[in-house]
Amino acid sequence: MTALEVHALSHSFGGLTALADVSLAVAPGERLAIIGPNGAGKTTLFNIVTGIFRPSAGRVRLFGRDVTRLPTHHRAQLGLARTFQISTLFPRLTVLESVLLAVQGLDPARFVLYRRRAAYGRLLERAESLLAEWGLADRAHQVTRQLSYGEQRQVELILALAGAPKVLLLDEPTAGLSPAETASVAEMIRRFSRDTTILLIEHDMDVALDLVDRVTVLFQGRVLAEGSKDEVRRDPKVAAIYFGTDDA
Amino acid sequence: MKALVAGGAVALVLLVALPAVLSSYQLSLLTKMLIFGIFAMSLDLLLGYAGLPSLGHAAYFGVAAYTVGLLALRVANNFWIDFPAGLLMAAGMSALFGLFALRTRGSYFLMITLALGQVLWGIAFGWRSLTGGDDGLPSVPRPRLPLPWSLTDGVPFYYFVLFFFALAVGALAVIASSPFGRALVGIRESERRMEVLGYDVWRYKYVAFILAGLFAGLAGTLFVYFNGFVSPSYLNIVFSASALLMVILGGAGTLLGPALGAAVIVGLENFISGYMERWVLVLGVIYVLVTLFAPSGLVGLARQRMRSSGS
Repeated sequence: MTALEVHALSHSFGGLTALADVSLAVAPGERLAIIGPNGAGKTTLFNIVTGIFRPSAGRVRLFGRDVTRLPTHHRAQLGLARTFQISTLFPRLTVLESVLLAVQGLDPARFVLYRRRAAYGRLLERAESLLAEWGLADRAHQVTRQLSYGEQRQVELILALAGAPKVLLLDEPTAGLSPAETASVAEMIRRFSRDTTILLIEHDMDVALDLVDRVTVLFQGRVLAEGSKDEVRRDPKVAAIYFGTDDA
Repeated sequence: MKALVAGGAVALVLLVALPAVLSSYQLSLLTKMLIFGIFAMSLDLLLGYAGLPSLGHAAYFGVAAYTVGLLALRVANNFWIDFPAGLLMAAGMSALFGLFALRTRGSYFLMITLALGQVLWGIAFGWRSLTGGDDGLPSVPRPRLPLPWSLTDGVPFYYFVLFFFALAVGALAVIASSPFGRALVGIRESERRMEVLGYDVWRYKYVAFILAGLFAGLAGTLFVYFNGFVSPSYLNIVFSASALLMVILGGAGTLLGPALGAAVIVGLENFISGYMERWVLVLGVIYVLVTLFAPSGLVGLARQRMRSSGS
C-alpha cells in the first residue's frame, strides 16, 4: 500500500494553471524530493495534499483512503503533518507553549474545557522531551519571534514532528538559512524516524538529493521527470531547466 | 502565578468586606462594576483569547435582560424560570449569530457582529407592544429567593451578584487555562497552523462564541434585576463599544484585566456624567489614549512595571 498517492491532480487559479494532471505515489517510509524551478507548482501540491486548497480535478489518498474532500484538521488526525515555507509559527507564544499546542493537537484532551491543561502531565512531558531531543530545551521559555531565523525553522520542524506523523511534508525547510544553519537543519531531517514518510520540497538540489531516496521534478505544473537520484541527475530535460542547455 | 492567586484572594476578601464601610450609593456602584465586569470578561474570551473582535456583544447582554424583564413582568417573577430562560436565550442567540459571524474574519467579523446586534436593537426599539420601545421595560422586580434576606435590599443583592461574579471568574479562569482555552490562543496567533496541527478551528471558535454569549447573558440577567429597568440602549453599538473599551483598557487576554477595566469605566462614567453630558466624548478620548500609550492595557502596564523593577 502507498502512504500517499495523488492521482491526476489539476489545479488552477483563475485562468492560470498551477498543476496539470500530476500523479505520484510514495511508499511508507520512503523519502521523496520534489524539485523544480519557482512556479512549478510544488507548494500548490502541498496545499492540496493538506486540504488547504481543493483541487479542480484529481484525488488524494492517504494510506489508501480517499481524503480529497476531508478538511485539513481531519487529515492531521490521520497522521499528516507539514511545515510551511513562510513561517506561520505562533509569534507571541513561547517555544514551550507552541510545542504544547502541537502535542495537544492530536491528544484526546484537545477539546476539554472544564479542566486546566496543567492537569494533563503527559502533554508537558512530551513537549519537554521533544525540545530536549532536538536541542532547544534552553529556548523553551523564549518568545518565538525573539529566536534567530535558524532556530525558528527548527521550531517549525519540531511542531510538525510533535504528533509523530506518518506522512510529513517539508516545504523548503532550509530556505533563507546560512550554510551552517542549512547543515544543522539537514542533519535534523536525517535523524527523523525512518517510519515517517517524507516529501521534501527543496530549491537547493544538493541538499535535496542528499536527504532522499527518490526525486520527482515538477516543471510548469507537470511532472517532468521522476526516478532515482542518479536517473534524475542524468536526465537531459532536468539539466535543461536547471542549467539552461541550448536544446531546452 | 502565585502572585496572581494571592492577589485574587486579597481582592475577594476586600469585596466581601467592603459593604461594611460603603454607603448604600457606593455599594450600588460597586454592584454595577461587578455586573459589567462579568460582561467585559465574557467579551475577553472572544477578543483576548480567540482574537475575535465582536462589536455586537451587547446583543446577548440585552437579550437576556429583556427575556428576564418580560418574563418577570408579564408571566411570573420566578427566579428558577426567568434566570435560566435569560441565560438560555443569550446562549441560543449567540449560537444563531455565530453561524453567520464566524464565516468572516477581522474587520468583516466586526461589521457583521455589529449588524446582527443592531437588528436586535431595531426589534427592541420598534416592537413597542412587546418591548415598550424606546421607553424600555420599567419596574422589573428583583427575584424572590428562599433566603433569610430580601434581595430588594442593597447589601444582600450585592452578595447575590458577588456570588455570580466569583462563579464567572472561576469558570472563565478554568476555561482560559484548559486545553480548549489554550487552543483559542493558538487560533488567535495562527489559524492556518492550528488546522494543520489537527484542530477543528471553526468548532473552537463557535463554542467560544456561545460561551461568551452565555456569560454576557449572565451579566444581562443580573443587570435587569439590579437596575429594575432595561431599554434598547443596552442592545446598541455604543454599549458594545464601551464593552470593547473595558476589555482593551484592562488588558485583552488577561481575564481579570477587563473586569478592572469595567470598574474604571463604570466609575469614570458615574463621576464624569455628574459634571458634563458628553460622556461618550470622554470614552473616545480614553480609547485613543489607551491605544497610544498602553496598548496592552492596565494589566500590561503593571506587568511592565513589575518586570522592569524586578530585573
